[in-house]
Amino acid sequence: MTLRLFGTALPALLGLVALIAGAGRAAAQSSTGPTFWMPVQGSTGAAGVDSVFYFILWIALFFFALIVGVMVLFVLRYRSRPGREPEPSQTHNHLLELTWTLIPAALTVVIFGFGFRKFLDLSTSPANAYEILVTGQKWKWLFTYPSGYVDDNLHVAIDTPVQLLITSEDVIHSLYIPDFRVKKDAVPGRYSKVWFRATVPGEHQIFCAEYCGTGHSDMLAQVVVHPPGEFEQWLATNADLLDKLPPAEAGARLYAQRGCSQCHSVDGAASVGPTFQGVFGHLVPLKGGSSAPADENYLRESILEPQAKIVAGFEPVMPTYKGRLSDREITAIIEYIKTLAP
Amino acid sequence: MTAHQPAPAPHPGASLHGGGAVNYLNAAPGLRSWLTTLDHKRIGIMYLISILASFLLGGVFAMLIRTELLTPGRTIMSAQQYNQMFTLHGAIMIFLFIVPGIPAALGNFVLPLMLGAKDVAFPRLNLASWYFWLAGALCLLFSLLFGAADTGWTFYTPYSTTTNTHVVATTLGVFILGFSSVFTGLNFIVTIHKLRPKSMTWFRMPLMVWALYATAIIQVLATPVLAVTLLLLIVERTMGVGIFDPALGGDPVLFQHFFWFYSHPAVYIMILPAMGVISEIISPFSRKHIFGYKAIAYSSVAIAGLSFLVWGHHMFTSGQSPLANMIFSALTFAVAIPSAVKVFNWLATMYKGSLRLDTPMLYVLSFLFLFGIGGLTGLFLGSLATDIHLHDTYFVVAHFHYVMVGGTLIAFLAGLHYWWPKMFGRMYSEKWGRISALLVFVGFNLTFFPQFVMGSQGMPRRYYNYLERYRVYHEMSTAGAYLMAIAFMIIAVYLAHSLVKGRLAPANPWGSATLEWETGSPPPVENFLGEPQPGDPYDFSALVYDPALQGYRDAKEQA
Repeated sequence: MTLRLFGTALPALLGLVALIAGAGRAAAQSSTGPTFWMPVQGSTGAAGVDSVFYFILWIALFFFALIVGVMVLFVLRYRSRPGREPEPSQTHNHLLELTWTLIPAALTVVIFGFGFRKFLDLSTSPANAYEILVTGQKWKWLFTYPSGYVDDNLHVAIDTPVQLLITSEDVIHSLYIPDFRVKKDAVPGRYSKVWFRATVPGEHQIFCAEYCGTGHSDMLAQVVVHPPGEFEQWLATNADLLDKLPPAEAGARLYAQRGCSQCHSVDGAASVGPTFQGVFGHLVPLKGGSSAPADENYLRESILEPQAKIVAGFEPVMPTYKGRLSDREITAIIEYIKTLAP
Repeated sequence: MTAHQPAPAPHPGASLHGGGAVNYLNAAPGLRSWLTTLDHKRIGIMYLISILASFLLGGVFAMLIRTELLTPGRTIMSAQQYNQMFTLHGAIMIFLFIVPGIPAALGNFVLPLMLGAKDVAFPRLNLASWYFWLAGALCLLFSLLFGAADTGWTFYTPYSTTTNTHVVATTLGVFILGFSSVFTGLNFIVTIHKLRPKSMTWFRMPLMVWALYATAIIQVLATPVLAVTLLLLIVERTMGVGIFDPALGGDPVLFQHFFWFYSHPAVYIMILPAMGVISEIISPFSRKHIFGYKAIAYSSVAIAGLSFLVWGHHMFTSGQSPLANMIFSALTFAVAIPSAVKVFNWLATMYKGSLRLDTPMLYVLSFLFLFGIGGLTGLFLGSLATDIHLHDTYFVVAHFHYVMVGGTLIAFLAGLHYWWPKMFGRMYSEKWGRISALLVFVGFNLTFFPQFVMGSQGMPRRYYNYLERYRVYHEMSTAGAYLMAIAFMIIAVYLAHSLVKGRLAPANPWGSATLEWETGSPPPVENFLGEPQPGDPYDFSALVYDPALQGYRDAKEQA
């Protein structure tokens, strides 16, 4: 009776295990597309991480099926019913206990080793990697390219090792690119590094993965992976935007890319900070009852010393942009704000 | 001639050692006698009421969170409110419910009884620990009313040193609660060393006692580290001393080291007593001696020791060196082994037994299933390559809910249903017990299994807003949460009902061999009238079922 139960139930359970693990594994092996468990494999490192994941998944599913299978079998076979008495059996068995201690121990050593190896691959960047600076701030990512150009998305060339030098302006954030299986905390006061070599063109999601306040779940960006030759083109068109565009247009771009848009609307909508629409040239009511005329100097002070004058009805949460915006950029933003009549 | 009066039927809850109709519950009446009691049984009940109330409050926040997450974007609250909700949910569930949970509510009641003792070593310290719990809870709840912290229960710096919510009130509350934990731990360590009867040597103690002992060691050694860490946080916030904020010259990652040095051992404070409960129930409900007693006992202490060496696995992406990452990852796998050994020992206990599938045992079986998943998913998180991808995603949220809820809460419910007749002298409705155990099991899996998949697909945690691609998982998860809430409400109803209308419980309804079952249900104030004679706590051969009692009695005693 017991043998029959083992004979049918265990293979059935193992079949189920194979189905679940296989559904994930097979798809991953045949393409780099998303599977039940994992997103697209967008970089050279992703496949290595996924191989560790599926390896652990197989082992976990096997032991889960074993534990639950044995439990269900025992409940069916040994449940209390009239006339059933417990059968004599041992209260300990050294050989059995040694076996079920050493086999899991050996497996964990293997899992550890495999995971560590692939982690080293993720952490060791090639010597010639293209370096981009990343700054996290509440609640925007900014990417500074070697030319000095700053953008709010991460543009890279396909099949090229890219190293990110990451820091934060305020609290701890974390740069997470699921498709590349990379994640690193952006810590204020220090630099951290992450590298990847993108293999799939197009857009890949960037999340902030360390809780950082109200806008944490909106602190998003994209990795834009350019086909060969197009990245350099993109960089050239976007650099020197202050030289190429009229100040107000450059200001509009900076408004969108440098974090202003996270807290200030341009259409009158309420947000964390006062709307820019119609602010220029008018009297601004301040906390404490006084007011100030919103001229060019007021706008400049608001950008560099935001705590100096707090608008009535708002909280003093704006960080300073001292050192983060050049004088030319500040002027461009002011010119843009001046165009925002109600 | 007076008609012969038949002798009054003995109270079913009574035993040769007293209890039943006259017991610790009704001995001294009035609220004052409870609030000034030195009786470990009454203190245990006061803790039980307090932590259940906390569980209700934390549960309400959980339901609000899951309701908000039903749709991306705003559903019922703002982002700021949401951030406060998950902070309160975590802080209340961890510090007010789970950490004190089994040791304070069940352990306080059961430990002296299991040792055949009259009380714990320091009854006044015991009462003091409850008052510290209360003071800490009030401090935490003050912040709820006046602007709850929005930092997450982990209080990472420099966000927690610069945000303008009531971080000080919250952390002060946690600081005070720490004393409650330390006092309980200290009390249990001394009790177990000093108040055992001569014949109860270390390897003749019930495994629950081993579990409480290992837990107590962690409580005493680890909690002070959290206390000082939170004090440093408060000093930085109130006096601007630069310890953690780089703007003041501090190191934000240092906070993480200090915080996790306590908080990782803390999770073993949560699971070790739960494992003790499982050992206590699985043996009598299989009518079989526990398998591998020594292995289970040693593994409890091994887990306690190893728990102090793995805190860095919470910080693999923090900027820690690859060498540190490697060492913490390796040690993390080491701590997994003793837990796996226990699971195999429990299964072997069921082998060839006669399994009673009453409510406590149904929760034990749920535990094996759910803790199995929780433990196995820890492998993905201990492994460096996969953890980089999974850290700070819903995969982690699912993992810790499987071990803390699927593990500790389920074991707590098992223990509550197991010791309920002993504590209150009443049996609850077995039918509703089984129905709600099934509902909890189904609801729990529906809530948390989709979160594993969502997490490996990249969904970060602590997110108010989310991308459309994750919506279906959130919908399933919220549905499961509502099912669980209904199940818990059913449990509350039939347990409350049992207190007034439940069948009077016999001294030993389950046929267990530990000493608390040799005294009445409920026990008398002094625990035992005679001198309890401890034997092998898992040897049931001397017990026989008596249908008149609807319980078990010693084969030698008269019916």
